[in-house]
Amino acid sequence: MPSLKDLKNRIGSVKSTRKITKAMQMVAAAKLRRAQDAAEQARPYTERFNAVMSKLAASVGDAANAPRLLAGTGEDKVHLLVVMTAERGLCGGFNANIAKLAKTHAAELLAKGKTVKILTVGKKGRDAIKRDLGQYFVGHVDLSEVKRLGYADAQGIATEVLKRFDGGEFDVAKIFFSRFENVVSQVPTIQQVIPFDVSEAGEVDTDSFYDYEPDEQAILADLLPRGVATAIFAALLENGASEQGARMSAMDNATRNAGEMIDKLTIEYNRSRQAVITNELIEIISGAEAL
Amino acid sequence: MAETVQFDLVSPERLLASVAAHEVSIPGAEGDLTAMADHAPLITTLRPGILRVSGPSGEKEYVVTGGFAEISGKSVSVLAEQAVAREDMTRETYKAMVDAATDKLAHAQEKFVNEPGPVDELAKLLADMVAVGDHIGLSAN
Repeated sequence: MPSLKDLKNRIGSVKSTRKITKAMQMVAAAKLRRAQDAAEQARPYTERFNAVMSKLAASVGDAANAPRLLAGTGEDKVHLLVVMTAERGLCGGFNANIAKLAKTHAAELLAKGKTVKILTVGKKGRDAIKRDLGQYFVGHVDLSEVKRLGYADAQGIATEVLKRFDGGEFDVAKIFFSRFENVVSQVPTIQQVIPFDVSEAGEVDTDSFYDYEPDEQAILADLLPRGVATAIFAALLENGASEQGARMSAMDNATRNAGEMIDKLTIEYNRSRQAVITNELIEIISGAEAL
Repeated sequence: MAETVQFDLVSPERLLASVAAHEVSIPGAEGDLTAMADHAPLITTLRPGILRVSGPSGEKEYVVTGGFAEISGKSVSVLAEQAVAREDMTRETYKAMVDAATDKLAHAQEKFVNEPGPVDELAKLLADMVAVGDHIGLSAN
C-alpha cells in the first residue's frame, strides 16, 4: 500500500506528463497543418511533371536506345531500398510501420535470390531495421538539421541515389514512405523510382503531337534525374505530413490515458486518506473507552 | 490581342502563378521563344533566364534557373527548378544561385578533367546566370 505522500507525488508526475503530451499534440497539430500545406502546394508540379514524363516516355519508351533510367539496366538483380522515416520518435506506429514494410519487402527479395541494398533517410527507421538488415546498409541521409523541407533536400538524396545508379551499384530503386490519407490513417507505401514506372504516371493523352526542343532523347536525359528528385520530394512531403498526423493522434491518446490514470490515482488517494482518518478515529475512540 | 493562353508557373515547392496571358517569353535551351495562343505543341528545356508574361492583368517577370516548359495551343506550363518573381529577387538570392552554379562548375572541373562535356555545360549555365544578373541590374560580386 503506497503512502499518501507517494500517491501525491505520482499524481503530480502524471499531471506533468499529461501537460507535455498535450503540448506535443498541439505542436504536432500546428506542424501538421504546415506539412499538409507544403504537400498540397507541391502537388501541381508533380502532376504536370508526370504528365509530361508519360508523354515523353510513350514516344521514346520503345526505342532500343532509351535512357537507362527509363528502360532499366535490363537486369533485376540488385535492389536499392530507400527507406524514409522520421528523425524523431514519439509518433505512434509511424516509423515502425515503414520499417516493417521495408523488412517484409527485403525478406521477399532475399528469398527470391536478389541482392538488397538499403539507403536510409531518417534516424528512426535506421535504428528500427538495423538489427535485421544492418549488413545491407549502404548509406544514410541525415535530415535532422533540416527545419523546413526544401526541394534541395530531395535533390541531395536523388543525387546520392543517381550516383550509385551510374556507378552500376543497383538495377532497381524503390522508395518506402508513408502516404498521408488523413490524420488517423497513414499508409506505408512502396514506390519504384528507377527505372521510371510509366504506369504510375497516369493516362497518356495521345491526341497532340509535341515538338521537342532539343530532341526527345536530350529532354528525357534532362528530365529523368529530375523525376527521381520529384518523386523523392513528394514522398518526403507525404512523410512529413504523415509523421505529424501520427504524432498528433499518438499524443492525443497519451493525453487521454494520462487523464484516466490521474482519475484512478485520485480515487486511490482519497480512499487511503479516508482510511487513515477512520483509523485515527478508531484509535481515539478506543483510547477514550479504555479509560 | 484577343486570345489568351492559360499560363502556369510551378516550382517543386509551390504554384507561383496561374493566370491568363497574351504572350509568354521563355528562355529555351536552344534560344528564347515567345508563345502565344495556338502555338504548336512544344516541350522544351530551359536555361537560366528571364521569363516574361504579359496578359490582361499586366506584365510580370520571373527569374528561372532551369526546368522545362510545356506549350500547347491553349496553355503554357513552365515547370521551373527554381523561380523567383523579379521584384522579389534580392542580391542575396541571386548570389546564392550564382554561388551554387560556381560550386557545381568547380566540382565538375575536378571530377571530369578529361571530359569537356559536363564542364562546358556548367560553364554555360554559370554564364547564363551572370547574364541574367546583368540584365536585372545585380552583379555577382
